[in-house]
Amino acid sequence: MDLVQMLVVIGVIIVLVKPLGTYLYHVFSGESNRTDNIFGGFERLIYKLVGFKRREGMSWKKYAFSMIVTNAVLVGVSYLILRIQQFLPLNPNGMGNMESSLSFNTVISFMTNTNLQHYSGESALSYFSQMAVITMMMFTSAASGLCVAISFIRGLTQRGQTIGNFFEDFIKAHVRVFLPAALLVTLILVALQVPQTLDPTLTVHTLDGALQRISMGPVASLESIKHLGTNGGGFFGVNSAHPFENPNGLSNAVEMWSMWMMGAALPYTFGLFAKNKKQGWVIFSAMMILFLVFLSTVYFSEKAGNPAINALGIDAAQGSMEGKEVRFGIAGSTLFTTVTTAATTGSVNNMHDTLTPLGGMVPLVQMMLNVVFGGKGVGLMNMMMYAILGVFICGLMVGRTPEFLGRKIEAKEMKLIAIAILAHPFIILVPTAISFMTDLGQSAITNPGFHGLSQVLYEYTSSAANNGSGFEGLADNTPFWNITTGLVMLFGRYVSIIALLGVAGSLMSKEPIPETIGTLRTDNRLFVGILIGTVLLIGALTFLPVIAMGPVAEFLTLG
Amino acid sequence: MNHIQTQDTKSASLTASFGTTFWAALRFSLILIVICGVLYPLASTGLAQLLFPHQANGSQLKNSEGIVIGSELIGQSYTDPHWFQGRVSSIEYNAEGSGSNNYAPSNPELMKRMQASLNDWSKNNPDIPVNLVPIDLITNSGSGLDPHITNKAAEVQISRVSKLSGVSEEKLRNLIKEASQGRDLGIFGEPRVNVLKLNLALQKEMAGMSR
Repeated sequence: MDLVQMLVVIGVIIVLVKPLGTYLYHVFSGESNRTDNIFGGFERLIYKLVGFKRREGMSWKKYAFSMIVTNAVLVGVSYLILRIQQFLPLNPNGMGNMESSLSFNTVISFMTNTNLQHYSGESALSYFSQMAVITMMMFTSAASGLCVAISFIRGLTQRGQTIGNFFEDFIKAHVRVFLPAALLVTLILVALQVPQTLDPTLTVHTLDGALQRISMGPVASLESIKHLGTNGGGFFGVNSAHPFENPNGLSNAVEMWSMWMMGAALPYTFGLFAKNKKQGWVIFSAMMILFLVFLSTVYFSEKAGNPAINALGIDAAQGSMEGKEVRFGIAGSTLFTTVTTAATTGSVNNMHDTLTPLGGMVPLVQMMLNVVFGGKGVGLMNMMMYAILGVFICGLMVGRTPEFLGRKIEAKEMKLIAIAILAHPFIILVPTAISFMTDLGQSAITNPGFHGLSQVLYEYTSSAANNGSGFEGLADNTPFWNITTGLVMLFGRYVSIIALLGVAGSLMSKEPIPETIGTLRTDNRLFVGILIGTVLLIGALTFLPVIAMGPVAEFLTLG
Repeated sequence: MNHIQTQDTKSASLTASFGTTFWAALRFSLILIVICGVLYPLASTGLAQLLFPHQANGSQLKNSEGIVIGSELIGQSYTDPHWFQGRVSSIEYNAEGSGSNNYAPSNPELMKRMQASLNDWSKNNPDIPVNLVPIDLITNSGSGLDPHITNKAAEVQISRVSKLSGVSEEKLRNLIKEASQGRDLGIFGEPRVNVLKLNLALQKEMAGMSR
């Protein structure tokens, strides 16, 4: 039954790839199509309200600049709201203003699509902040990511000087993709028992006669965009493990489809832009193979359980249930864990800190590689980066100038790619080392032994990959952690985006060269192997030592 | 001279472009805050309250006198051993918050807590050996609010509950069947028993007997 459940979830995603990928292509290709009739009027109204007329194409620099300025403005306004939420409307539970380093961390976290949370929603945010800051940023950061991915694809597949108009793409992403999808998923989730109310906390007398206070609020409208936008920040502290955020097996599946479908469909969209659908499927296959390997690892590890607990002589046939919910079991929990760290969402329906050592290694490694599907486009962009690197390495081996999609790969592109590839491990490993050298960092560790290393490593990996899940035992709401992870999230988001848009801009202005018999084909099975090999090789070279000291050492010493 | 002029016009156009970009960004940001941050959640709330009022308000559960005693989705803490017990919760099912201690598999505190749970078990259920205790009964749920246990975990408590409540074992078996549900659509999730619904039915049964 576990297998059937997983296959159905994966199967639905595979079925969705083609229609959704085609839809995204129609929205952003610029050719007129049916979606214009449905959404065009609403968009024109928005353009009119803000007085936006000049929809000309932008160079990659102007595009990146417009995105960063927009994000900066949103960060500023949101920071202000969190600092004065006490005086704003819709605060029935009387929340106070948020402290400054925590506010800094929170707005960076949501703007960068990370959604690392050093606060608990039910005890730190007013309903207005949950809506106007958290829910709003879930839309805008997701739309920013999608715009960057689309413009990157345009740069790789088209010729000219401009990669599209940021503001036009940004509004289209909201109006034609995220808003309608979020409204639909919200209603499905409410039907499946996720609350959506503005009433304050409910107080009841329990069966046993005790007093129970139950937090609620506008949960479903946040829950839907949290997954569709691969944001991952929960309404409640425990995220999608909370019965109000994720009440049953079906809502669990709906949330997994919501966060996975966009990242899975984008390779197909890329194939349509490249006028080579096979190229899209090659990228998709490489991602799916890696996904299945990781899913199997965490599933079998959790099913086998914790040897120390199994030795107590209880009935442990279910597997390792510490930190998991009965309604999901091992299959629903491990599948969610694999999907959420593949899609860079970072929502959790079980506590990753309590996973068995090899089980907990899977989310960690997926975030380190950061190429297995990814959110709305980050995974695709990183995978393209590895594809170009793979072509480059193969080119060196046979002594030919490497080409990708008919353009020569030269020193400028490789330098930018090297920056993007090296930035990721740098902003993970250096802060991890620093926090071990200071008391401020060490004092946050709550689990002794090798697992303590994993806790710190996970926090920075999750920040750098803009994932946002955590080994949540870590006591991370201190100025030290708020500021360091805030900076890591910023660099993790914008360094690679700028470098890769630079690659796209540079490739776009090159003369295409005709394909010859000597060209390395990038749309066949051999290239799937080359791609996976490149990803694993680079990943292993960078991260193997630290993985050995954390999860592997814990595994070897347990039981 | 020419060269300097081009430089000037270039930097002038750059400042101008920063200005226009900034103002455009500001206007777009404000309108998106209104649409995504206010209109969308309020519209969702309105539609949800209209179409699914029971679910939208937290699936509240009432007792036979019509008083709300909790939510069917949120577990409760039962101190008296005549109730069916739910999962371990480090936050004592205080639903104002949520969470657990996040004990790593190698954390000695985890083993200490489990050993304590097992000792409690042997004290309260002297006739049921430890090797029949399913793991979900002595592990902390992720949320600390898990409303469910497995069917096995409910059945293994029948003997104790029957002795302490006076309700026959056969009757209890039926109550468990009524409070249990299968996989959603027959595929998703796990079969499970809702402890609050089960105990609510048990309370009704006991009230009927004492009358």
